[in-house]
Amino acid sequence: MNNSTPLNRLGNGCCALVTELNAEGLTRRRLLDLGLVPGTKVEVIRRSPLGDPIAFNIRGAIIAFRKEEAEKVLVVQVS
Amino acid sequence: MGLTYQSTGRSTTREIFNVHNAGSELVIALAGNPNTGKSTVFNALTGLRQHTGNWPGKTVLRAEGSFIHGGRRYTLIDLPGTYSLHANSVEEEVARDFLCFAKPDATVVVVDGTCLERNLNLALQVMEITDNVIVCVNLIDEARRKKMHININKLSNALGVPVVPTAARGGEGLSELMAAISDVALGRVMPKPVLVRYSDAVEKAIAQVEPKVREIIGAHINTRWVALRLIDGDTKLVQAIQRYYNDQESKQAEAALEVLA
Amino acid sequence: MNSEAAVGNLLEEAKTIIGDQQAGIRDGIVKSIYDTSENITKDVVSYTSANRVDWDRKIDNIITSPVWGFPIMFGILAVIFWVTIAGANYPSEFLAAQFFWVQDRLTELFWALNAPDWLHGFLVLGVYSALAWVVSVMLPPMAIFFPLFTLLEDAGYLPRVAFNLDRFFKKAGAHGKQALTMSMGFGCNAAGVIACRIIESPRERLIATLTNNFVPCNGRFPTIIALASLFIAGSVSVTIASAIATLGVAVIVVFGIAVTLFVSWLLSRTLLKGEPSSFTLELPPYRKPQVGQVLVRSVIDRTIFVLSRALVIAAPAGGLIWIMANNTVGDTTILAAAANWLHPFAGLMGLDGYILMAFILGFPANEIVFPILIMSYVSGGTMVQMESLADLRHLLIDQHGWTWLTGLSTVIFALCHWPCGTTLFTIQREQKNWRWTLLAAILPAGIGIIICITITALARALNLV
Repeated sequence: MNNSTPLNRLGNGCCALVTELNAEGLTRRRLLDLGLVPGTKVEVIRRSPLGDPIAFNIRGAIIAFRKEEAEKVLVVQVS
Repeated sequence: MGLTYQSTGRSTTREIFNVHNAGSELVIALAGNPNTGKSTVFNALTGLRQHTGNWPGKTVLRAEGSFIHGGRRYTLIDLPGTYSLHANSVEEEVARDFLCFAKPDATVVVVDGTCLERNLNLALQVMEITDNVIVCVNLIDEARRKKMHININKLSNALGVPVVPTAARGGEGLSELMAAISDVALGRVMPKPVLVRYSDAVEKAIAQVEPKVREIIGAHINTRWVALRLIDGDTKLVQAIQRYYNDQESKQAEAALEVLA
Repeated sequence: MNSEAAVGNLLEEAKTIIGDQQAGIRDGIVKSIYDTSENITKDVVSYTSANRVDWDRKIDNIITSPVWGFPIMFGILAVIFWVTIAGANYPSEFLAAQFFWVQDRLTELFWALNAPDWLHGFLVLGVYSALAWVVSVMLPPMAIFFPLFTLLEDAGYLPRVAFNLDRFFKKAGAHGKQALTMSMGFGCNAAGVIACRIIESPRERLIATLTNNFVPCNGRFPTIIALASLFIAGSVSVTIASAIATLGVAVIVVFGIAVTLFVSWLLSRTLLKGEPSSFTLELPPYRKPQVGQVLVRSVIDRTIFVLSRALVIAAPAGGLIWIMANNTVGDTTILAAAANWLHPFAGLMGLDGYILMAFILGFPANEIVFPILIMSYVSGGTMVQMESLADLRHLLIDQHGWTWLTGLSTVIFALCHWPCGTTLFTIQREQKNWRWTLLAAILPAGIGIIICITITALARALNLV
């Protein structure tokens, strides 16, 4: 998947679709269980005042990840 | 009654979970995502008739309480808040083990009305383990505030289980919830949960594995669900089943000896 | 039994059946469940109005904004402290007046009954006095702070605090949820330790547990408040005094948070090294807290708690102090002898023997430290009524030689000393390992001692005191 970027590179307000998860085992399962299944729409809401973590809208819930976690979620930006 | 597997089985496994009144009372499990107001529902139903402790052998908080409805007493067990039952964490393991082995008479899945999509993930998983499910759509007042309307009947039909809207903080919907719990627990209503359909490959595999599961484990645990877990390579579940079998067999042996003595 | 083996075999068989598709299976299964969930939701949920304002987002845009996020956090903290401090003034005075009125009546009763002096001393001047002091000083602030904090929690603000502060915790090698457990420690450190269960990884849970004591619990607030107010010159209005006390407490709290982060960093680099675990923080929608219910339940709760603790811990402590102050060993009272014995070491820290002894005797509960200190100073064990800050200043500064250094060291040690008995007991119960419990006791105390000794040495070397 080659126009995929890691989620943490998207700016505030962007929307994207999940293409792939760059994680294995437990981490992968946790991300999946939160709803980050390939094809899911994710909206980047905002960053913490100190830059990290980042809050996302995933299927109606607001969930914040640290940069390192968000990096594992590969997405393709949509308008 | 006697020493059938059913009668000794369920209460002895419940004893393993430290459920008081293991054999005779109706046991209701309360499941749900974190942040859904599940503890508010628990507190509203049980009032002061509750106490907290730990799940045996784990440092996971556990609350047990009771409420009375229609002249009957129901024991309510508050399972840890989890996003799923795939045993990614101790909480999920505890919740799953309880649903699977202690076989509550009914399970209430508390979902957040303002965030239905994410919350139904857990509800659907619970419905794969047990048929006796009631979905409690909590925070209905918050949903109203957000101008959301949830068609409860449609939801109930889509899921195949009773659905009760509540706003537990204000006490709204609680008596309907207790009535629904009672109906399901006493067998007056028999929910038929709608099954999640997996991909063709997975469904085919389930069809092949399920009969073998039935042969070995019998029908005590939902065989379709176990088959699915096996296909998913869930070693933890397998270990749990083995553990409970061991406990069962040794307790049955003990009980049998006691009768003979 | 062969059923165990048979179950194990099932797993192998299933693996063979699914064959080489195993890799994508997990993804596929979760996707199927979510697809179902999505479809049902679309079908069942509708919106009654096209113009919906997303209040949660609007509020969060301010509360977690780069510009306003931190100021608002400090603002809220300051407001809570201020309301606690200012609001507690009048109830405290009122309670103190009532208690001392009763004490005088008790004294009359004892005289009327011709009771022996020592009995009067022990029961009235010792036990009852300590009880009265603790309740009138501790109950109002606790009965105000706890409800306020619970309201904040109920409303959903705490995850936002964790969201704002997480970068610091990440740099300190700590889990993101430690911000939450740390916040709980403001109410009570034992509760904070239990809250650490929300941190799954044992290593990070331990870091959170061991550092929880660096934020001052409610029991330590009055001590810090009294000391902060102490160094206000002249007579100022109650409002100004409260404002300055609030500032002092806020500064101490920020210092406590800084120490928490530093010690977490230290632990994660030395004793408790390891990989940071993944953490997801959910920011739930704001909910309007049920103000009435929370206030009533919390106030009643706290009142019962403070009263029972006062009976069980403060009262006996008061009795003990009186006994120590009124019995001699050699030609000094036991109290003075103990204080003198501690004095050399205490002096190094900028404290005196009585202060150190008060901390030691205050081990069961932090709220009795200050009462014990005052009672020891007014030795003879009677709780002279501290009618005003001026009385307190006179006692400490004029009669017992307190300087700004003494005040500072006392405040710092109040922040950084061993956890109270309840907290240590809780830690042992949670961790089930006496080594960590011991470390939990030594770590804050050690750090407190080091900081005090350093400040004292510096101040003396620079002739600042």
